[in-house]
Amino acid sequence: MKKFVEGSHAIAEVIAKCRPGVISAYPITPQTHIVEGLAKLIADGELEAEFINVESEHSAASVVLGGSAAGVRTYTATSSQGLLLMAEVIFNIAGMRLPVVLTCANRAVSAPINIWNDHQDSMTVRDSGWIHFYAENIQEAIDLHIIAYKVAEDKRISLPVLVGIDGYVLTHAFEVVDMPEQELIDKFLPKFEPIVHLDPDNPVSMGLLGAPDVYIETRYAIEKTMQDALSVIEDVSEEYSNLVGRKTGGLVEGYRIEDAEKIIVAIGSIVGSIKDVVDELREKGEKVGVLKIVTYRPFPKEAVYEALKNAKYVAVAEKAVSLGADSPIFSEIAALMYKKGARPLINSFTIGLGGRDISPAQIKQIFADMDKDEPNTRYIGLNEKLLEA
Amino acid sequence: MKEVRVHARAGQGAITTAGVLGSAIFKSGRYSYAFPYFGAARMGAPMNAFLRYDEKQIRLRCQVYEPDYVLIVDKTLTYGYDCFAGLKSDGVVVIDDDKENLSNYKLPQSSQKLFAVPASRIAQEVIGRPLGNTVILGAFAAATGDVELEHLLEAVAERFSAKGVVAEKNQEAVKKGFDYIKQNY
Repeated sequence: MKKFVEGSHAIAEVIAKCRPGVISAYPITPQTHIVEGLAKLIADGELEAEFINVESEHSAASVVLGGSAAGVRTYTATSSQGLLLMAEVIFNIAGMRLPVVLTCANRAVSAPINIWNDHQDSMTVRDSGWIHFYAENIQEAIDLHIIAYKVAEDKRISLPVLVGIDGYVLTHAFEVVDMPEQELIDKFLPKFEPIVHLDPDNPVSMGLLGAPDVYIETRYAIEKTMQDALSVIEDVSEEYSNLVGRKTGGLVEGYRIEDAEKIIVAIGSIVGSIKDVVDELREKGEKVGVLKIVTYRPFPKEAVYEALKNAKYVAVAEKAVSLGADSPIFSEIAALMYKKGARPLINSFTIGLGGRDISPAQIKQIFADMDKDEPNTRYIGLNEKLLEA
Repeated sequence: MKEVRVHARAGQGAITTAGVLGSAIFKSGRYSYAFPYFGAARMGAPMNAFLRYDEKQIRLRCQVYEPDYVLIVDKTLTYGYDCFAGLKSDGVVVIDDDKENLSNYKLPQSSQKLFAVPASRIAQEVIGRPLGNTVILGAFAAATGDVELEHLLEAVAERFSAKGVVAEKNQEAVKKGFDYIKQNY
């Protein structure tokens, strides 16, 4: 059913329709509306689940770890400092192969305190063993959460999924969406059946000591599963797309890249703005396109390579940095192209940190400057006056 | 595509204003995207909400710099802030003020129009609180003809559906704002 809805409330509604048994979260803006919405649905008797109030994000992550280990579908949501406080448990959840689904309302990290959108928070846990999805709009955010549960709980995968949605730009925005009906989700998403779970009648230990004789194998096993997850994500996305009658999810989405000489690579809501700029520049005869990375972990090497191999110029526009080194996605794409042989000129651009607004003019600047090689990442829209001190 | 910028203070309902207008636009079969920008992220601090709408889906995510329409929920924001910045040459402004005070406002271009409607006062009378957002929306519908009164009333009913009589009072406020413009301009 089509409706005009706030991003956070849309996610609360779709999570409820995925029927989690345990929800735990600690409020942090701009995520709060999501779990408030879920708490209300439970209080109103519309969702049968246990909402566990906790004193911190570390505890929220621990509760969903425990719930998932007990064989229950779980959900949590957080942002920024909250995700950082969860970080220890985030690694535990992946190491224990628990299919938790978490929404990260993407927001900058302190200091200075900044509540606005960028991708630094979830980038800090990119190496943790979680699958990462990033949504361009509220519709995609809805779809990716449903796909997330199916992928996470697939017995071939059994890994947690983080769905990144841009704080404010999507969480606090109202947009027209096609909300899937309960029957459709029930049909698509079967009951969660864990491979092993905590059960007093059949006691098992989970997450115990992994000495040097076994530890490296646990990491190799996750890496192997990550590679297997690529095709599972594609298959699950296709199955879901067929059910709802529109293409959604998947690994990457290329927009007007077939004959493009210049391609910007990006994740999240900025892709929408780039698509508008691409259309405008195409009208003027410029061969430009944009590649959206939907699935960032596992990193879809083949799909990214196929999309970029014939381009002359590639710009990676990121809302996250790795201070003292190249930005995360740029580094991965540069390494990928070097290994596989195609040699477009690849440059790195930092944009929109801490919620700095990203105008079409800034995107045009990237398209204009991407054929000029620079050794270091270029920061778009810097206020030089602020740098003088 | 049309773009709207709402000027208000945090807590005055700017997001609700943009959201209700977006919802009314949606009811007419168009697409809309409403979103806020919090300045200091504190109650009372100046903030903006924005709305874009079009016949096709909105993809552009930046703030609105060249609005077709500006809605000013709190007239004190015109002191020290350029609320008319970037307003299109055929742009329209709706502000919470008495019509007698129209001469207080100097629009950058003579082709632009400003409509003052005593929204807070009407809201105080109708709703019992000086929150003029829904009055301004009614005035917007009358001033621009870009949204149907009927769709606004439906959107208001939905937005305040959980609050019973508040929905009816806000519908009344929308109508008063609409009528004020029709009768006074």
